Amino acid sequence: MSKEYRHIGKSTPRKDARAIVTGRSRYLDDIKVPNMLYGKVLRSPYPHADIRSIDTSKAEAYPGVEAVITYKNVPEWIDGTPRHRRLLDRRVRFVGDAVALVAARTKEIADEALGLIDVEYDLLPAVFDVEEAMKPGAPQLYAQFTNNTFPHGCRAFGPKALQNVVMGDVEKGFKEADVIAEGTCAYENIPNPLPPEPPGVIASWEDPGHLTIWPASQSAAMTRNFVQPYLGVDVRVIGIPCGGSYGSKNCTLPPIGYAAALARATTRPVKIYYTKEEHFSAYTLRLGSRIHAKIGLKKDGTVTALAADWLVNTGSASEMTPGQVAVGCGEAQLLVRCANWNLQPKVVCTNRNPSGVVRGFGGQEFKSALTPILALAMEKAGLDPVEFFKKNFVKPGDGYYWRDGKWWDYRGIDFSEAMDKGAEKFGWKDKWKGWGKPTMVEGTKRRGVGVGVHGNADVGEDESEAYVRLDPNATAVLLACVSESGMGERSSLCKMVAEVLNLPLDRVNITPPDTLVNPFEYGLAGSRGTYTVGTAAIQAAENAKRKLFQLAAPMFEAKPEDLETRDGQIFVRDHEQKKIPWVKVMSPYRTCTGHGRFETDFSLCNFMMTFVEVEVDTESGKTRLLRVVGATDVGQIIDPLSLEGQLYGALGSAGIDTALFEESVLDETTGNIRNGNLIDYEWRRYPDLPEFENVILETPISSHRFKAIGVGEITCAPGPSAVLMAIYNAIGKRIMDYPATPEKILKVLGKLQGRKPG
Amino acid sequence: MKSKNRNGGQQGKGAVRRAVATVGTAERHDINLTVNGEMYELEINPSHTLAYTLRDTLGLTGTKIGCDYGACAACTVLVDGKATLSCNTLTVKCDGKSVTTIEGLEDPATGKLHPLQQSFIDSTAFQCGFCTPGVIMSAKALLDERPSPTEEDVKQALAGHFCRCISHYLVIRAVLEASRKREVA
Repeated sequence: MSKEYRHIGKSTPRKDARAIVTGRSRYLDDIKVPNMLYGKVLRSPYPHADIRSIDTSKAEAYPGVEAVITYKNVPEWIDGTPRHRRLLDRRVRFVGDAVALVAARTKEIADEALGLIDVEYDLLPAVFDVEEAMKPGAPQLYAQFTNNTFPHGCRAFGPKALQNVVMGDVEKGFKEADVIAEGTCAYENIPNPLPPEPPGVIASWEDPGHLTIWPASQSAAMTRNFVQPYLGVDVRVIGIPCGGSYGSKNCTLPPIGYAAALARATTRPVKIYYTKEEHFSAYTLRLGSRIHAKIGLKKDGTVTALAADWLVNTGSASEMTPGQVAVGCGEAQLLVRCANWNLQPKVVCTNRNPSGVVRGFGGQEFKSALTPILALAMEKAGLDPVEFFKKNFVKPGDGYYWRDGKWWDYRGIDFSEAMDKGAEKFGWKDKWKGWGKPTMVEGTKRRGVGVGVHGNADVGEDESEAYVRLDPNATAVLLACVSESGMGERSSLCKMVAEVLNLPLDRVNITPPDTLVNPFEYGLAGSRGTYTVGTAAIQAAENAKRKLFQLAAPMFEAKPEDLETRDGQIFVRDHEQKKIPWVKVMSPYRTCTGHGRFETDFSLCNFMMTFVEVEVDTESGKTRLLRVVGATDVGQIIDPLSLEGQLYGALGSAGIDTALFEESVLDETTGNIRNGNLIDYEWRRYPDLPEFENVILETPISSHRFKAIGVGEITCAPGPSAVLMAIYNAIGKRIMDYPATPEKILKVLGKLQGRKPG
Repeated sequence: MKSKNRNGGQQGKGAVRRAVATVGTAERHDINLTVNGEMYELEINPSHTLAYTLRDTLGLTGTKIGCDYGACAACTVLVDGKATLSCNTLTVKCDGKSVTTIEGLEDPATGKLHPLQQSFIDSTAFQCGFCTPGVIMSAKALLDERPSPTEEDVKQALAGHFCRCISHYLVIRAVLEASRKREVA
């Protein structure tokens, strides 16, 4: 496809490439504003307690300290879904919860002042397990949430936000089934997406009604959309390069609240920048997902009924958890075509880090827990999982309830070809020996293969607007509020605009992600950028070009629609002998501006299938990931290398490796995270990289002019369940709770004393 | 921070720059440090890490700090040509040594990038870019010592670098490509 395009589909340097490789790219830690103070947070050592007394007098008197804030003098700012979390509260609900805030002239002074605050606590019993927390008599975290269970609803997704999937008659469906499988699976290892740059923000009040912030965020736009209603003031967000996010630095409000409160108290700019320890122990983690499910299946792969309790552990607070439940419920229907559903989620709070937005957004957590139970049914029915997924993944003519609670008819493509091509590249037919059967056995080493699948209709979620301004010197500026946290979206959008305007890429630029100057943008989330912001940018470029041609038409005595432009020269189509440069048409004293807008469309989805081969050492219990093949169909590649990078991201940011070794180890006697540092928390290193190949198809998709959709967010999601499947096939024993550590593997092999996990 | 040029405003290499980074009554040390070819006389606190001195005293923020305890390698610089974790190195221990940071790779006169930097651009060997300066410095130390490394050499040289976007595969490609181009040139 790409041959007909000048830029689209070709690898071009990222716009910010030179800044990144020369160290000029300035992240939050590299930025100071004049007169700036440093904020620090005193954190609770207890998982559940009430503050009996707090004495800040010594800290306030310490030279260099400019403000101390506690629950007694904090502004009444409440965030969460639903709103429930005070910026500072008399009650602390996890080890790391905020107790007091200090602003000082230096970080060191702020740190010392924290040690001068005397706090006495009344300790309360704590609860960590999702089912324990729901029992009557369990410690209650919030008075308004009986049995620690959140009410249904997600205001961001509208009054009918999807909070369960109930369709048909499951009892009838079970009667129609050839096999029925029941089981429980837990994806509750609360891995940390852990971008290399810790979270943080600078906040500065212009006056009591106007706040300016510079957040380390994946999305300046979304930050504004969330912070404005939170603080009830006008907020300007100035986006800066973000050192990794993976969803986790989208709209996390507490650090912004801390900085804004301290800045208000001192009338000076305040920077809050978490340490890596705070990043581990006080920031948001992936939500916990436990599913009890019963599945009815026919031998031809038809799912006749799916009944499931989905227990979602949101930790001590819910940033967006009911929203993640909504998207997870939607994605469930992309995975399984079934007439009879009873999927019932419950969101429950417990005394550990709050859960927040993480790449995968409910869907990865849901699939990782459901797929191993689906696999039980597939095995009973004697079905090859690739064939099962092929039969069940959403197809044209199908539909689903999406996050808004509305029914959407699917108008995208059939992804079966991508599944076939992926299976072929992986060698699935040769390596698949049947359920519980290894691909190869050599001494104590056993190899197995697994596969997982994921898709998300968030590719068309929410609204975007853009302007494109043509300047007389044959350059163009895209005005769109898009931040850069690694996806290369800013550069890809410039490519789309350059393609429409037929300009060299270096003649198209994009404004900084400053909400003061840019039109409305929801923010980069899910895989929405390519379709949503792309549509707005393309439309804006087309409209700007149309205006330019209207100005030019009389000079050619031609109709505007007969004109073309290349490299800033206008001519009549097929009559290139007469060319007029933009500047002659516009004069040096005019610009031409076009506007574009995208409206929510949940009728398309993206697709990712992940094949893995693992080798389990039955002596040590250690599993090595040998090979990964990712298969997708993106309609049209915008930038091959940026896409490749996103696909490799399947391993990082709490993706595939959450099935192998990534976990935050919660000590349920103290509430501490035992491995909350970069030495004890395991992460993928260069010498342990698996062989990794990608199969990328380009079947045109009815999105916008370039027939493309995004896929970046979901590359992590199919991997974890694929790994558990591969381990089962290698050793013939199932592990139903993540991650499959050596200890768990030795236990199921009967080589360790003690209770069987799972 | 006060800073003055000992040679009365003379610019460029050969001039010695002086910077004072001590606060209050803290113990002070004077050291000589060469950074990217510039000689500095520095008055520092003994507790200052090299990362702090580079970033806060000299304003060279291209060196990033990820963890600040030597576990992520984002802060890697070259000290006398050797890849070194600057957050884990005290500046007082660098007296008389020569430090190269990411800012020192580009030719200041021509703006020409180091072949590794160009190769990283050509391969889009980064996503968020936060770990990139450190990765490039380790790769430079490798290529300086072993101009034609194997893929395994590259993996070992970069083993300590924390990258969550998973740019590893494209980084390996970029480093090997830079090495190959240097052989051809």
